[in-house]
Amino acid sequence: MLDLKTVDTRHAPVRYLEGGSGEPLLYLHGAGSVTPEDPLLNALAGTHHVYAPYLPGYGETEDCPTLRTMLDYTLHSWDVAEALGLADPILVGHSMGGMIAAEMAAIAPRDVSRLVLIAPAGLWMDDHPIPDIFTLLPFELPNYLFHDPEAGAKLMTAGLKMDDPAFLQTYLVRNARQMGMAGKLLFPIPERGLSERLYRIKASTVIVWGASDRLVPPVYGPAFAGAIAGSRLVTVPEAGHMVVVEKPAAIAEAVATLH
Amino acid sequence: MKFTWFNLMPWPYLPDDFREKNRSVWVDIDQRLFDPVKSHEVYNTYMDLLEYADTLGFDGIGVNEHHQNGYGIMPSPNIIAAGLARRTKNAALVVLGNSIALYNPPVRVAEEFAMLDCISGGRLVAGFPVGTSMDTNYCYGQIPALTREKYAEAHELIIRAWTERDPFAFNGRYNKLRHVNIWPRPIQQPHPPVHIPGGGSVETYDFCIDNTYSYSYLSFTGYIRAKALMQGYWDRVAARNTPDTSPYRAGFAQTICVADTDEEAERLYSEHVNYFYNRCLHVYPGFADAPGYRTIKTIQSGALSQYAPPRGGFAQLTWKDLIEGGHVIAGSPETVRHRMEELIKGLNVGNIFCLMHVGNMPAEKCMYSSKLFAEKVMPKLRGLLPACEGDERFWCHPIARRATPGTLPQPYEPARVTETV
Repeated sequence: MLDLKTVDTRHAPVRYLEGGSGEPLLYLHGAGSVTPEDPLLNALAGTHHVYAPYLPGYGETEDCPTLRTMLDYTLHSWDVAEALGLADPILVGHSMGGMIAAEMAAIAPRDVSRLVLIAPAGLWMDDHPIPDIFTLLPFELPNYLFHDPEAGAKLMTAGLKMDDPAFLQTYLVRNARQMGMAGKLLFPIPERGLSERLYRIKASTVIVWGASDRLVPPVYGPAFAGAIAGSRLVTVPEAGHMVVVEKPAAIAEAVATLH
Repeated sequence: MKFTWFNLMPWPYLPDDFREKNRSVWVDIDQRLFDPVKSHEVYNTYMDLLEYADTLGFDGIGVNEHHQNGYGIMPSPNIIAAGLARRTKNAALVVLGNSIALYNPPVRVAEEFAMLDCISGGRLVAGFPVGTSMDTNYCYGQIPALTREKYAEAHELIIRAWTERDPFAFNGRYNKLRHVNIWPRPIQQPHPPVHIPGGGSVETYDFCIDNTYSYSYLSFTGYIRAKALMQGYWDRVAARNTPDTSPYRAGFAQTICVADTDEEAERLYSEHVNYFYNRCLHVYPGFADAPGYRTIKTIQSGALSQYAPPRGGFAQLTWKDLIEGGHVIAGSPETVRHRMEELIKGLNVGNIFCLMHVGNMPAEKCMYSSKLFAEKVMPKLRGLLPACEGDERFWCHPIARRATPGTLPQPYEPARVTETV
């Protein structure tokens, strides 16, 4: 249902997934990337024209050394929207992608009228530290990412041959590319001053949080909601940080409420 | 050949159950295991041992930088080196080194190294490590994917600060300085020799080759396991049409324990070797390599797995395993000489960093081992690589007339006015 395509931008050729029809929707993935089989993208493509660009370093592309800072990635993401010919798409971002989406909406408030932030990164509360994903070993991840870690672990390792050295090599390279890029925005603390810019957002905004998110705890939901005027917080029960795969229908529903 | 007596400065009081009760010796090691009062004795003994190595005739004495680390209580090697500069006479001060991406601004390193060179009379060998992921990323918060770019900029800034004679503006990405004009500057011209510690990154090989710096492999796994990595370096030297293959282009760290006999060596040193390999190297794997710290090129070379610690870690290795595997070179002077010859010829290295203090080894044993090495082993290894002869590019050049610390003249006394009648 979703096709893999490439579009040129100033900094790098950008790969993106595209599919569905309806109103254009720009989806920014999190630090764990996104696949063409992603249940949320496919659900959204039933009602929208979905564009999901990969950040450089993701989707089997090289990292882009000329993109270094939060501002670089925010403007690059606007470059991508421009290259795709999108004007005021519904802007949806998950986790690190939510952080970028919030920055995009804050830096160009008149260009984003509808915004969906799914367990976004970007704020930091000393009393609620976010676990350091850069020190977590692969087997530790499901516990932080999923409401049901056992089912999550199965999802994460489905089809992966972790005993095969050749596969492991590919896995290490992919992980280094992806998380190396993510580190520019999230290492060592996933906070780059967003709290001082959220007030600029004018979009009609929905914030979605999995009730059992153990990576970015749900307490961050009200913090975002309080900083974005008129925003609405939706808490999804029995979902973790990967609410996008655990409860895609709940998110599609939240997107449908935007106007 | 250049032999540098090296002390990592391990904390010698890690408890017997350290490995079971703690997840890492590094980064998040338990604060309560450090005793500041005990450290007073530890630091002074360790500095005494470095000074003792100077009197034994080692070519250099070596220190390095680690942070939040139970086997290296030396976050500032420059502080130790400053003490040594005053209390030693001949040995090179090998500071291996300052992690230059961590200093803000890096001219601080240019200044402090210049001070060390001036105080010691030109005895500084300067090391510029990128730094381990544990130190650089996890302890000091540098963004992994940007660390190498920041390092490269710091290097450029330091070399320019050392070599340019007029103030200049430096418009870097990470450093914006209007007036770079370090004062003092180093004695050695154009600048002190530079050694770069590395762990198998192709980029670091090339960086050393292109700048005529010495590449140092500081491993704890010994010379046998190091062959693949050092061969990778020498292959790269050949591939880049380097004018020579001087053994001083490379350095290697090796744990060494000498006693009268092989049996005596095991009896004296096995508990300290065990302490080091079992407790001190207990690092949580999640701190080993922050994603983005290694370049894709290096990971793709597939080389890293060859340098990884043995499966299951070191804890299961016996004295015999450690000796046979070459992690540790230990035994009688004759045994050690033989193994050292294998190391030097096999790796083609001119700079040997002798890890003579191991784990919780007490001073007496360390002195005994170091003395035997200096007197009965080192002299026989000196002429081993003829290609070293006459190559002075990678070592320090002290001035001939050096000050003797602690020799102030009598204080000035004003002339007495004697009353005359």
